[in-house]
Amino acid sequence: MHYLLTVIGDTTNEVDDSEPGAVDAFNEQLKTDGRWVFGGGLTSPDHATVTDNRGSAPVFSDGPFVESKEYLAGFWVVEADDLDAALELSAGASKACNRKIEVRPFDGIA
Amino acid sequence: MDVGEVLTRVHHEEWARVVATLTRRFGDLDIAEEAAAEAFAVAVERWPADSVPPNPGGWLTTTAGNKALDRLRRESKRDDKHRQAHMLSEQTAGFREPPSAVADERLRLVFTCAHPALAMEARVALTLRMVGGLTVPEIARAFLVRETTMAQRITRAKAKVTAARIPYRVPDAEDLPARVDGVLAVLYLVFNEGYLASSADTNPIRADLTGEAVRLTRLVRELMPEDGEVVGLLALMLLIEARRSARVSAHGELVTLDQQDRGAWDRGLIAEGHALVRERLTSTEAPGRYQVLAAINAVHTDAADARDTDWSQVAALYDQLVRLDPSPVVALNRAIAIAELDGPQVALALVDELAAPLADYHAFHATRADLLRRLGRSDDAREAYDRAIHLTGNAAEMAYLTRRRTELAGA
Repeated sequence: MHYLLTVIGDTTNEVDDSEPGAVDAFNEQLKTDGRWVFGGGLTSPDHATVTDNRGSAPVFSDGPFVESKEYLAGFWVVEADDLDAALELSAGASKACNRKIEVRPFDGIA
Repeated sequence: MDVGEVLTRVHHEEWARVVATLTRRFGDLDIAEEAAAEAFAVAVERWPADSVPPNPGGWLTTTAGNKALDRLRRESKRDDKHRQAHMLSEQTAGFREPPSAVADERLRLVFTCAHPALAMEARVALTLRMVGGLTVPEIARAFLVRETTMAQRITRAKAKVTAARIPYRVPDAEDLPARVDGVLAVLYLVFNEGYLASSADTNPIRADLTGEAVRLTRLVRELMPEDGEVVGLLALMLLIEARRSARVSAHGELVTLDQQDRGAWDRGLIAEGHALVRERLTSTEAPGRYQVLAAINAVHTDAADARDTDWSQVAALYDQLVRLDPSPVVALNRAIAIAELDGPQVALALVDELAAPLADYHAFHATRADLLRRLGRSDDAREAYDRAIHLTGNAAEMAYLTRRRTELAGA
């Protein structure tokens, strides 16, 4: 079972205030434990572009899809047996990157 | 005993077991719940005519199992996506645990329904439905929401259990204390809503809810007899429940502890509560908040007359409680005991320190009003009564506060 651990960024505190090396150590642990699928940090939502090609021609617009105080700052995809296992990983993730984490199960994965 | 009574008793005793057994077998709360409900419906129809089967629980489990199989056969023709997820299948981690720690399937059900990943209101609703066997309309009435809203809340919670794969198991030993806390919080919330209903549109005391909370806590205790806080919560509920009939007057007015007719208290429940508190006193384990709250209620129910209350012991227990739970509400209750020991002036100073966090809490203003009244500060008391009356939703409390307000000097 795959879970998405979303790192929730906060526009009122954008500096990376995590313990130096904590995220790397967390990643290594995920890999050692066979939990790692994929992960990465994202640049600022200021650098986002929204594409809409539902009409006759694609429209590109500057900025994220939703303006809010909180934004998607990065994510992990992890392998976990159930929600309790995923929540345990998310607690480690939150500690490592000093951010809130949203946990969501994948509805199938390719 | 007539069949109706048997049905009620069997429903209370067997509902959770039937749902739990089916959840384990079919790996789906939805199927388990529907099949259990169908089986009880068949029992209601057949037992009065055919007589009660010798093993009602077994009969219900078998009938419910057959209903679930029927439904699965019907549904197997459709592509049922979430069933492929096997959320509760035998392969999941939960079933590798030693059987001794998880002997009773009902306990798995309790922990699944009270999982911290669900919103508190969903946990309460799911626990009452799946473990307590209350119908959706009953739960909706209890919490004064529309039936459709409550049905959606329960459906959504069950869907999250499946989709997010909330495990059907009792947590590991290391996680257990934290997770038991969550279960007890659900049960205490149900009890408190019954004990001082938050809306003026219902009875001020909801015996259905307090009774259900006591019943479910008894069940959890039966399943985890060694957990001190489970014992503590049960004792606490019994000692409060024992005073229920003395708590609202014939005129529908709240009767405070010092004014209650102690002859109307339920001696059986008090004796049982006291025995549980004593049982915990022999433990070397430090008591948690429910055990301390139970001990406080044991002191209150020990006094033959309100004037005989051992306030120094109550205050000492509140000191202990403040260390466990340094919340402003606990500090407020401690101040009430201090008022009896050291007088209203000392207590008022303590209460006034809580003004910021408790500005919108009816009991804060009611307590303050009473202390100001005792100090002869009628104008200030009147203002505090007004605020408390405005904030409480409970009709009996409103009636009590209104009378106290009109009795103030110079009113």
